[in-house]
Amino acid sequence: MTSTVPLTKGGPLIVQLLREKSTSRFLMTLAALAILMPVLNLAVPQDSMFHVSTYTLTLLGKYLSYAMLALAVDLIWGYCGILSLGHGAFFALGGYAMGMYLMRQVGDRGVYGDPLLPDFMVFLNWSELPWFWLGFDQFWFAALMILLVPGTLAFAFGWLAFRSRVTGVYLSIITQALTYALMLAFFRNEMGFGGNNGLTDFKDILGFDLQSDATRNTLFVVTAVLLALAYVFCRWITTSKFGRVLVAVRDAESRTRFMGYRVEHYKLFVFVVSAVIAGIAGALYVPQVGIINPGEFSPINSIEIIIWVAIGGRGTLYGAVIGAFIVNYAKTYFTAAFPELWLFLLGGLFVVTTLYLPKGIKGLMDRLPVLRKTTLTEGA
Amino acid sequence: MLSQISLQEKTALYLSGVNKSFDGFKAINNLNLMIAPGELRAIIGPNGAGKTTMMDLITGKIRPDSGEIYFRSAIDLTKHSEAEIANLGIGRKFQKPTVIETLTVFENLELALAGKRRVRDALLFRLDPQGRARIDEVFDTIGLDDRRHHLAGSLAHGQKQRLEIGMLLAQSPELLLVDEPAAGMTDEETETLSRLLKSIAGEHSVVVVEHDMEFIRSLDTTVTVLHEGTVIAEGPLAKVQQDQRVIEVYLGR
Repeated sequence: MTSTVPLTKGGPLIVQLLREKSTSRFLMTLAALAILMPVLNLAVPQDSMFHVSTYTLTLLGKYLSYAMLALAVDLIWGYCGILSLGHGAFFALGGYAMGMYLMRQVGDRGVYGDPLLPDFMVFLNWSELPWFWLGFDQFWFAALMILLVPGTLAFAFGWLAFRSRVTGVYLSIITQALTYALMLAFFRNEMGFGGNNGLTDFKDILGFDLQSDATRNTLFVVTAVLLALAYVFCRWITTSKFGRVLVAVRDAESRTRFMGYRVEHYKLFVFVVSAVIAGIAGALYVPQVGIINPGEFSPINSIEIIIWVAIGGRGTLYGAVIGAFIVNYAKTYFTAAFPELWLFLLGGLFVVTTLYLPKGIKGLMDRLPVLRKTTLTEGA
Repeated sequence: MLSQISLQEKTALYLSGVNKSFDGFKAINNLNLMIAPGELRAIIGPNGAGKTTMMDLITGKIRPDSGEIYFRSAIDLTKHSEAEIANLGIGRKFQKPTVIETLTVFENLELALAGKRRVRDALLFRLDPQGRARIDEVFDTIGLDDRRHHLAGSLAHGQKQRLEIGMLLAQSPELLLVDEPAAGMTDEETETLSRLLKSIAGEHSVVVVEHDMEFIRSLDTTVTVLHEGTVIAEGPLAKVQQDQRVIEVYLGR
């Protein structure tokens, strides 16, 4: 896994990064997608074969948010060896924070027409808004919570786990337990997050109708832009010396300690960054799919993220993005065409990848002669 | 024998009355050891004599049940973590060469290079000319210059051993603990290594744990014999080899 490409040219690190072939290629693709899709959706007439339906556009927007989640997981798993089987929890928490804002935006347009309380609270005969719903009528507050809630949970969890040197499979099991516990908690009506049904029936975001094509296109572009920023940020982290310390921790943790690095601080930092990115991804996901429910916390979701990253190719960042797109596209197709086959196919893909493509699709691409030249010069 | 060492003397490393048991097995038993600044010391002993446990105790990986471990006559090592001890100036080379295989030789040295170790420092790190010069110096000592930008994982066993020693040097420690460096090396590699260790001593204190007698001989220095977690003989190799107990437990076999 040649995860760190040495940067030799001068200039600030960020400029060097943008000059990098893999980064610029990634950003170009994303930019093309962000420009092309809205044009094909809005400007091309519906009967044209080049028209992209709003459904497809929203679907792609969902994939983009999944790609961001995969990026977050690759940052800790691919570079630092932290196999989190609970990253869906941070995604869902970010999603819930956004969902709460969207619920408050509904106002008195709910089925029960209560000016303050969301429908599910009226249904439960609650008379006032729980304290933790306060402030969510303000977008800036919700945005802050989208960062803070996953970040704080990751900090508390990571602080305890990494300080006690919980690693490997034990850490994976605890992360799995974390997301499972949250799922059970969020299923309860008394928690005040809509229980089983979660949060849905959103009307608008920042005053714009969520059902309108313009809003959908904007959300799509915003997601693409944030994915690009997250990518550059992760790339910056992984190409800095910090990134090389992460790789050292992944490959020889105790050696790194004897070199004088406080491994737990490094792990904690990257874990929190990853959780925050996952939270942002969740917040972008919710307005596009229109619902968030406790199912997002389910352990299987978190395991699926790992499969995206493994199939795409771990430790490269863009591999994770490719993996998220391919697996989710396959999921969309197969769950519609052959619903009973999907889980077998997913399992099969994972087995084949593990056995024959340890570096995932990214590794396969490196081996193709057409692409080989460029990747070689990159690694030189 | 050595139990009356006084702390007043300037020592690089000082162990007194150290004990450590694992589930009732006494791995280290009233161990006393003193290393002078700049000294090169070889420690030998049969398997299970407690050599690696001793290293673990000094580097803070495990804590003694009782006894004192002092660095530079003043710092109580039993109160510090591995990372802190490393930053105080004690470098450790593992028995199995552990370099970061997925990084280049240069990057390995850069990581080990003495400097601030906080997260923020690592994020904003730029290699300065002094750092680069220091790395070049290390390359002069360990060789491997032609392998500078190769992945460390591609190195031969002996080269990895040298790289790991280079990483210790880049850390600029006062005290180097080297665990069985000659294991699995060719004769030629062993010779290079022995010369390297001798050249390092003086500027740094070096403790080499080894059971390859040829290698110990080539180091030509004071030897401490460890048996069942305690020191049974100390002195030049020739003298130690005459010692009746040493012959019994180790050399005679």
